[in-house]
Amino acid sequence: MSKTVSFITENFGKYDPNSIDSYLSIGGFTATKKALAMSSGEIIDIAKKASVRGRGGAAYDTGRKWAQAAAVPGDDKVVICNADEGEPCTFKDRNILSKDPFRLLEGMIIAGYTVGAKNGYIYLREEYRHLRPLIKSAIQQSVDKGYLGDNILGSGFSFHIHLYSGAGAYVCGEGSTLIESIEGKSGRPRIKPPFIKECGLFQLPTLVNNVETLAIATAILQNGVEEYLKYGTPQCPGTKIISLAGNVKNPGAYEIPFGLTLREIIYDIGGGIPDGRELKIFQLGGASGRTGSAALLDTPYTYDDLHKYNLVVGSGGILVVDDRTRVIDFIKSIQDFFIHESCGKCTPCREGNRQIAKIIDRFVAGTQRPDDLETALRFANIMKNCAFCGLGETAQSSLLSAVEHFPEEFGKTEVASK
Amino acid sequence: MNNTKTESFGVLTSELALKIDEIIQNYQGNSTKLVGILLDIQDIVPKQYIPREVATYVSVKMNIPLSKVYDVISFYAALSDVPRADYVIQLCDSVVCKVTGNTVLRDTITELLGIKEQEATADGKYWLEYTPCFGACDISPAMRINGKVYGHLTTPDSVKAVLDQYK
Repeated sequence: MSKTVSFITENFGKYDPNSIDSYLSIGGFTATKKALAMSSGEIIDIAKKASVRGRGGAAYDTGRKWAQAAAVPGDDKVVICNADEGEPCTFKDRNILSKDPFRLLEGMIIAGYTVGAKNGYIYLREEYRHLRPLIKSAIQQSVDKGYLGDNILGSGFSFHIHLYSGAGAYVCGEGSTLIESIEGKSGRPRIKPPFIKECGLFQLPTLVNNVETLAIATAILQNGVEEYLKYGTPQCPGTKIISLAGNVKNPGAYEIPFGLTLREIIYDIGGGIPDGRELKIFQLGGASGRTGSAALLDTPYTYDDLHKYNLVVGSGGILVVDDRTRVIDFIKSIQDFFIHESCGKCTPCREGNRQIAKIIDRFVAGTQRPDDLETALRFANIMKNCAFCGLGETAQSSLLSAVEHFPEEFGKTEVASK
Repeated sequence: MNNTKTESFGVLTSELALKIDEIIQNYQGNSTKLVGILLDIQDIVPKQYIPREVATYVSVKMNIPLSKVYDVISFYAALSDVPRADYVIQLCDSVVCKVTGNTVLRDTITELLGIKEQEATADGKYWLEYTPCFGACDISPAMRINGKVYGHLTTPDSVKAVLDQYK
């Protein structure tokens, strides 16, 4: 029996994403029509009731975010769709963008209407440039049919969507960095305050939402919030698209109800580990997420249950690593990634990553010094607390959690008894 | 930063300049679209890079300081300021492709083409580089050639079959 569900992804494969007529034939744009007949406050109430947390990784309450964005004064605001899905082991947004682009556009229109924005921007990562023609065409067809542009469906609400391209920089997934990039600059985060909700893109009040978050908004308005709340657990209702990959038999993006255990996800949906191997490490939420061991496999996949074990939902990435990979080699791979992606603006992240990398290299080679682990952990905590943006704050999550769950791999017992 | 010498390198033919004008025109000469403009230009420059003279040309045409153009070129991984090749091969270097065995990919390419990371073949046809995750983890291990994604590359034969399409 399949444990996956179909709510956010219900349109996948049901229509031709190249054709708005095909989308309309399956009830497309009913969510937009419903929204335009409601007040901003009513939509915010629905969003709050659904308690959807941001799906890019930060897990901020979407209803709250929308309420704050709506409350900011100004008649020229901006909605940005963050389609810079750069977190390794995350490809769920690619599925939405390629299989249901109109649902995403609807989510942007609804968000724009709710917060009072005039313009929407999709920031699409360079790696997904093959999807540009599809999305451009979806925007144009929506304009042609009157679902986008001036005076949408005679409601008096006008909203325009623009498509921008990233150029291969992980840090641009961070809200203010993404804004810098859309403004045609290199991607380095801005200091806050001012917060982007007040002073973001082109100095305008700006709302940034992830692709999946916006798609959920459409799905909820279309089907009703009660339908969404039927899924999941009482404490953590709803569904989530996960990106399952690594050493599993059936890697892929799956929509699941919250509350399945990691074991169900990896073994029932993912088919388990190939080649008769054993699970050694799993990592949730991409490279900035946290790692766990097989002992935690019975943890339900909800925000609170994962939090108890210091794990996160993050981007929804679930990476499975079998016993052929050493923990330290896994950590080195993550560290190489952050060395490459640190933008260099702040010292904790730029230098911290470098110094920790040197220590990790010594662990890989087996030439670590007695105080190396302690030093690495100290630097990691400095980064976590003092880095300028989310990238530096979370870059060492893997290391910190790996030391927690696999102390023996770092010779921790020896250090403790020293 | 010497605008008068833009034509001395020989890459920027008048034909290419016209095409660049067209790209800038497509973006209404909007300076906020610089990243997209440079990506599009890189696609049409032989060996897929932004030569100095092209960067200078864009700077003058769009009235953006050359330093700002280079701020963008040097920051983004998808933009190159060194000549690459007709076919840019990008191997995913992410942890996902590592645990699914991307060394086969690297070794096969190095064996077949004789190039390592950040190197081009002598005939200027192939260039090899590593790249962070491009979101093809469901078909890992994966690589991109000129932006097109190929996955499930677990054997030397599967890698060779892909390369054979790029003669």
